[in-house]
Amino acid sequence: MADLSIEFCGIKSINPFWLASAPPTDKAYNVVRAFEAGWGGVVWKTLGEDPAAVNVSSRYSAHYGKNREVIGFNNIELITDRSLEINLQEITQVKKDWPDRVIIVSLMLPCEEKLWADILPLVEATGADGIELNFGCPHGMPERGMGAAVGQVPEYVEMVTRWCKTHSKLPVIVKLTPNITDVRAPARAAKAGGADAVSLINTINSITHLDLDQMVAFPIVGGASTHGGYCGSAVKPIALNMVAEIARDPQTKGLPISGIGGIGNWRDAAEFMALGSGCVQVCTAAMLHGFRIVEEMKDGLSRWMDEKGYKSISEFVGKAVPNTTDWKYLNMNYQVIAQINQDDCIKCGRCYVACEDTSHQSIAQLIDAATGTRTYEVIKEECVGCNLCEITCPVQGCITMVPQETGKPYMNWTQDPRNPRAENIKVTETV
Amino acid sequence: MMIESLKYMPQPKEANATLAEHFTDLAPALNARQAAIESSRCLYCYDAPCTRICPSDIDVASFIRNIHDENINGAAVGILKQNILGGSCSRVCPTEILCEDACVRNHDAEGQPVKIGLLQRYAIDNMTITEHPFKRAASTGKKIAVVGAGPAGLSCAHRLAMLGNDVVIYEAKEKSGGLNEYGIAKYKLTDNFAQKEVDFLLQIGGIEIKHGQTLGGNVQLKDLHVQYDAVFLGLGLGASKQLGLTGEDAPGLLAAVDYIAALRQADDLSKLPLPARAIVIGAGNTAIDMAVQIQRLGAEEVTLVYRRGFDAMSATEHEQHIAKENQVRMRTWAQPQQVLLDEAGRVRGMRFEKTAIVNGRLAGTGETFEIAADAIFKAIGQGMDEKSISDPLAKTLKRDGDKIHVDDQFRTVLPRIYAGGDCVAPGQDLTVQAVQHGKLAAHAIHQDINGMKEAA
Repeated sequence: MADLSIEFCGIKSINPFWLASAPPTDKAYNVVRAFEAGWGGVVWKTLGEDPAAVNVSSRYSAHYGKNREVIGFNNIELITDRSLEINLQEITQVKKDWPDRVIIVSLMLPCEEKLWADILPLVEATGADGIELNFGCPHGMPERGMGAAVGQVPEYVEMVTRWCKTHSKLPVIVKLTPNITDVRAPARAAKAGGADAVSLINTINSITHLDLDQMVAFPIVGGASTHGGYCGSAVKPIALNMVAEIARDPQTKGLPISGIGGIGNWRDAAEFMALGSGCVQVCTAAMLHGFRIVEEMKDGLSRWMDEKGYKSISEFVGKAVPNTTDWKYLNMNYQVIAQINQDDCIKCGRCYVACEDTSHQSIAQLIDAATGTRTYEVIKEECVGCNLCEITCPVQGCITMVPQETGKPYMNWTQDPRNPRAENIKVTETV
Repeated sequence: MMIESLKYMPQPKEANATLAEHFTDLAPALNARQAAIESSRCLYCYDAPCTRICPSDIDVASFIRNIHDENINGAAVGILKQNILGGSCSRVCPTEILCEDACVRNHDAEGQPVKIGLLQRYAIDNMTITEHPFKRAASTGKKIAVVGAGPAGLSCAHRLAMLGNDVVIYEAKEKSGGLNEYGIAKYKLTDNFAQKEVDFLLQIGGIEIKHGQTLGGNVQLKDLHVQYDAVFLGLGLGASKQLGLTGEDAPGLLAAVDYIAALRQADDLSKLPLPARAIVIGAGNTAIDMAVQIQRLGAEEVTLVYRRGFDAMSATEHEQHIAKENQVRMRTWAQPQQVLLDEAGRVRGMRFEKTAIVNGRLAGTGETFEIAADAIFKAIGQGMDEKSISDPLAKTLKRDGDKIHVDDQFRTVLPRIYAGGDCVAPGQDLTVQAVQHGKLAAHAIHQDINGMKEAA
């Protein structure tokens, strides 16, 4: 079996699966259970200044799929509501008992250097492997000038990161908020401040759904609600893009990334890694299913690596980054056309109505006069290769998008004669 | 209802309450969670095969989507606007050969159709509509006679009333509902559902039902034709076919539909006559209903005999399976040859002749066997009750075989007289189709009689 051990910004971990700073890592009891289950590390739930935060009831809500599977998860919980002293004691003990496991301590404090300078030695004394700066929490804490309120201002990100590097020898991971227009700005700031790594994404501002009788959003706290932070598999596409943005940004290229956002199985993890994540953090999936999921994640990842011939994780970290580019560099001459495998088709008509109503009228419905049987066929001349039919088809593999032999060379938009602002000189030549 | 032919028989050993438990829902209703799970399986097909095959044109994908979106009333009204008897159809429809057979999830890879029948039942049973969901159009001043308060007649009456016409239904029996009330196995329509459904249907208003009115008896078609703007015949098939054997009238030999009707109407199941050993002749759903019900009442030995093989049975595979599950013995390739009587002239069994296909035709092989039985139930099909269409006008109705001929608008050859359901030629012995006939005939009637007015 492939070797799952990693070294992430100088921190050695027996596997790349860490639990993110969140309720599952709030106290020793949970963390010990996580280590027993096989997690490589945890980011201890965010510590702050005393007195500890106070939480409300209720705290979570969810966005459900058709069969009540949780697609997205929303929370309004604050940072740890236990005292700094108890947390530090527990971290020390757990690290002592589990020396081969990673413990990163998440921190959130107001933007005053002294507060950071005071707490960092205490954290270092626990034996923790590193710190993660919580610049992402989108609910509650920003109202007090912390969390996302810091993460949304690159100057603050850089400043606090520098304080931490100044007052501690521990590796500093800066956790980024997605509630920002361009995630590259705070990532660049973190790097400028001396960060050893970034982790992302934190949760996204969200309201999952409403009680239409009481006219109030969930989670309900005494007849009112507030926006929370959104996570779970629904945010994975957003997280993957942000990870890729940082991974392919020339200014942050090479900065270690701890990928977070909707990771629930080995494939999700592999995808984050392929886009540049050196390790991954998991929360929602564990909250929904328990710590045991790490077993399948490890098994699945290492078997896939064996199959592909990867001996270590570093061999494929970032391997999909070069293939992630700007739109303008996509090949304008590439063409795919939908193909329906009639043997697999169950005649549900979804591809037809989707294409007919909302796309390019490229699927024909043929009705057998004798039996009334419907057959759906692609009109090749009309198909633009949008993938919609393939997406709406309920039978996996029934509709495939087949690359066409166009005989034309690679030509991107900057070279395309149809582009009035084409950068390439060839445009004028062809005119 | 007393069954004269069996009055000397013993009665079930079990008490009524225990027997009643044998006649609860054969397929229990879905609860909310089951409905949520099942409705989530629907792929919301476009031009959906389930809807295309539904004889009553119910938009299946739409009502299932409404169930999933917790719009149960929307789902129910969506069903009822196409099929006002959607509640009983959800219970008695042979969905295994209709919508659930057509369901795309019945494809090889899965082989598990969405439980459309049970979802339809869920919608109807759980709707919380307090007012009748359909309003009557402005009065046309027209009055239509409907003969027969079965599914075809009721459906026709409801639609006619909805379109603004007044309706008088002439029903021979004490209760409305037709086969839903008298003919369907008790465990398929429980809790007096047929009557509740009729009550719901009548809420639309403008429909009067006269009971004890028998066409060809105290009511004549020629009179209705004179008194009303139009007449719809939803007669059903009231006559049980005969075996054509000596002893056909002997005590112990009767039509299955008569026994089923008595069972359906019995207040106390333990007072029903119960043969220890019974033979059921036939292979349709009525034969299965008969065999299974008498077995459940406590008969010791029930044998269903059919002259052809299993493949030719009109009872669906699902129905055959129910019979097997209820320990009904099934004997194929044998035809009745002689009713065996005891010294008192009562049934003691039947002699059968084995059959085979010879030169493409069914023929007796000459080899015989006997089955001892205390009662024989005929379920070899129903035919037109000729008495009901015996007046001078009715006799001029064109017939297709013994059924009434109608055009694609359910018009008979006589002006202003329409017919639908099992009594017409396109009938397939399906409740859902009878409902559709009634509905379509109502539109034709409405258009014809009101169009005439405009023309004049």
